[in-house]
Amino acid sequence: MKARGVLLVMVGVALLLDASCKRQPGTEQSLFPASNQVAGWAKTGDTRTFEAADLWKYIDGEAERYLKAGVQRVSTADYKFENKVDAVVDIYTMGNADGAEKIFESEPAVDVKPMQLGDEARLYSQSLVFRKGAWLVRIVAFEESAETQQALLQLGRGIELRLAR
Amino acid sequence: MSEMLSTSRRDFLRKCLTGAAVLGASGRMELFAAEEQEAALAKSRVVIAHDATLRGVGTTVESHRMLSLLDRAMQALFERDNPIETWKKLVRPGETVGLKVNALGGRGFSSNLHLVEAICERLQEAGIKANDIVVWDRDSDELEHAGFHVSTGGNRVQCFGTDRVDYEQELVTHGSVGSRLSKILTQRCNVLINVPVLKDHDGAGVSIALKNMYGVIHNPNKYHPNGCNPYIADLNMLPEIRTKMRLTICDATTACFEGGPGYKPEYSWKNNALIVSQDPVALDYTGWQIIERKRAEKGLKTLEGDKRAPHYIATAADAEHRLGTNDPRRIAVVEV
Repeated sequence: MKARGVLLVMVGVALLLDASCKRQPGTEQSLFPASNQVAGWAKTGDTRTFEAADLWKYIDGEAERYLKAGVQRVSTADYKFENKVDAVVDIYTMGNADGAEKIFESEPAVDVKPMQLGDEARLYSQSLVFRKGAWLVRIVAFEESAETQQALLQLGRGIELRLAR
Repeated sequence: MSEMLSTSRRDFLRKCLTGAAVLGASGRMELFAAEEQEAALAKSRVVIAHDATLRGVGTTVESHRMLSLLDRAMQALFERDNPIETWKKLVRPGETVGLKVNALGGRGFSSNLHLVEAICERLQEAGIKANDIVVWDRDSDELEHAGFHVSTGGNRVQCFGTDRVDYEQELVTHGSVGSRLSKILTQRCNVLINVPVLKDHDGAGVSIALKNMYGVIHNPNKYHPNGCNPYIADLNMLPEIRTKMRLTICDATTACFEGGPGYKPEYSWKNNALIVSQDPVALDYTGWQIIERKRAEKGLKTLEGDKRAPHYIATAADAEHRLGTNDPRRIAVVEV
């Protein structure tokens, strides 16, 4: 009986530790697919993370909008698709799903193709934006080609799977 | 410089003579006509140079076309036939020239590399030594990320961020602003050429010439409330900025009408243009109108309707600041 109690406490502590780790900055690293985990996509740079207080260093005046919506941090990394298309992935961790929705809805849908991805998604010719739970993901490609949209969608799906874990 | 000064003297004399002629005349109509005449004489020139073929058959800007576009813009601004002569009106050998670019938007939305190369080429042809030219912004990593090659030392154009040399320890103040200036501005250059990007800005409404000076101070994050007003105008009043600023060459090759200042291709368009002026307020006003036209075309509200009209532009033009004019009657927009 006593041993079972100790075991339960240990399991409880382990679960708590795991939960706290998920809230630590830097764990967003795991949300970024490594090279070739999504077909054709290579991760070409380190993941950089900006906490809410430093968000302005990354997105300047746009930070205010995210701060008002309860952003906690953003992580970003560069990618390349088949040596043809360069892209950057930004994953914003908001305080809750409402924050992610607030940002998503604040951006006008101009010439957009809605997609089934996460809770809500918009696919443009050179970018993909979607939200899932407290995350808002933006993938921007620097070149437009016949393959760009499909490639962005594949990378988005690869990230979305990781958000589900 | 002497040529620039003599031009100003000529303008002054011309205005005085106009004023005297008006005082000698009688009646309201004459006074009104004189006001109009004076406004015409005092107009700030803003040149918009377009090239629909700037990207050739591809999607990226071609360097030789960029050089031609820059020449066309500069020649129209200074009303000269020879492109090198325009630069000789602006700078003198021995001066150190800082090109304050905007690298915040990363590769997609920073001051165009070919534009910066073209400016450096013409500056050298006007007699500025390569290593007397500094291409700079706040951070070297951001410059690299935007595609610039960080370079210090040697007989070549210098390119680095303030992170390499730090900000001055001493705060400088004007009105609402108290900041430490980049040592690149204070110690490395005596002439400033502003090379911003034409973009929408979530807080300020637009970010063009005046707002680009947020990249020369250590605490720009403190100046975003109230649509950056009056912070942007006050910042541009700092003597180190105001006295060194000679020209703005706005990269409007790719511009953004919504969602700025970060790069969002869905809200950007290939405008294939440069906007050049020695009056940063007139340039910002003109750039704002271009963004409004694109917003209307896309069915978006005006910036006023979106509660983020760039009121800082009017502040920069007011009697307290006089950084330039936002009065369309006093702006001569020249399209070439």
